[in-house]
Amino acid sequence: MTTKDIINPANLVYSKAKLMTENPMHYCPGCSHGVVHKLIAEVIEEMDIQDKTIGVAPVGCAVFAYNYIDIDWQEAAHGRAPALATAIKRLQPDKFVFTYQGDGDLAAIGTAETIHACNRGENIAIFFVNNAIYGMTGGQMAPTTLEGMKTATCPMGRNTELNGYPLKISNLLAELDGTCYVTRQSVQKMASIVRAKKAIRKAFENSMAGKGTSVVEFVSTCNSGWKMSPHDSNKWMEENMFPVYPLGDLKDTEKK
Amino acid sequence: MAKFKGAVVVNTERCKGCDLCVQACPSHVLGLADQVNSKGYHFSEMKHEDDCVGCSACGYVCPDACITVYKVKIQ
Repeated sequence: MTTKDIINPANLVYSKAKLMTENPMHYCPGCSHGVVHKLIAEVIEEMDIQDKTIGVAPVGCAVFAYNYIDIDWQEAAHGRAPALATAIKRLQPDKFVFTYQGDGDLAAIGTAETIHACNRGENIAIFFVNNAIYGMTGGQMAPTTLEGMKTATCPMGRNTELNGYPLKISNLLAELDGTCYVTRQSVQKMASIVRAKKAIRKAFENSMAGKGTSVVEFVSTCNSGWKMSPHDSNKWMEENMFPVYPLGDLKDTEKK
Repeated sequence: MAKFKGAVVVNTERCKGCDLCVQACPSHVLGLADQVNSKGYHFSEMKHEDDCVGCSACGYVCPDACITVYKVKIQ
């Protein structure tokens, strides 16, 4: 059987989610954002909630997220995505509302909004892409930058005496009574992608069940900011990011 | 044991040649082409078509959603 015979719609096992638009993504080659976008689109498609989902796009690399997934979107001011999502969900409680944020958006300028939205237990899902750097603006130090990690604004490596420690914001959010599900995932391998997809689905289901806020953190790479190839950044992430940001569920009220 | 045979179709215009699918493929089927697409990227293509088992690992890791995978069972 030749390859031409196999290429037949009857044998299809994997393809681009229909919800993903034809616009080519503006992300750098190998960026984790693309995989997370794809997973969100796949989950929305599988749950058949395209007409009932409203996303809130952040400021940061994912600012154009609304160009790539064919659902309703709203663009938030920098860091204010959870506040905007709160309003949308309170006005339209029958909609699935989620925010999509990076670490500069969620863990720096938007820390107050994030913590208070989680503390109020808003029924939204927060998807947090943590690549330990400000990607869009040219690779500056973020609150999540690792100790000793070199960036454009700490060329000798992050000095904890001067700049403090990497902010483990998901651990903070897990302490709040308003959150029902806080998990940390990654998207560099097939197995981890499957787990991350399950976490996204659970976050969407929790938001409609009225259990509280769900936070899914994706430990990701920024190969252009880290100045490595996509494959090397994945390896660097496994070796350096995972010890500081260990994967797994930080909180799941269902399991208690 | 039943054997599977797969085929990968890459949307070469969408591909940015990030090499992640090449590294993810357990059967070493994929590779970057010598040619480039209109944006100048060396897109991914099947180099060893006969080895593909249709596991979809390339499709899962592709950040730009440019991979479609087909699979058949061979008795």
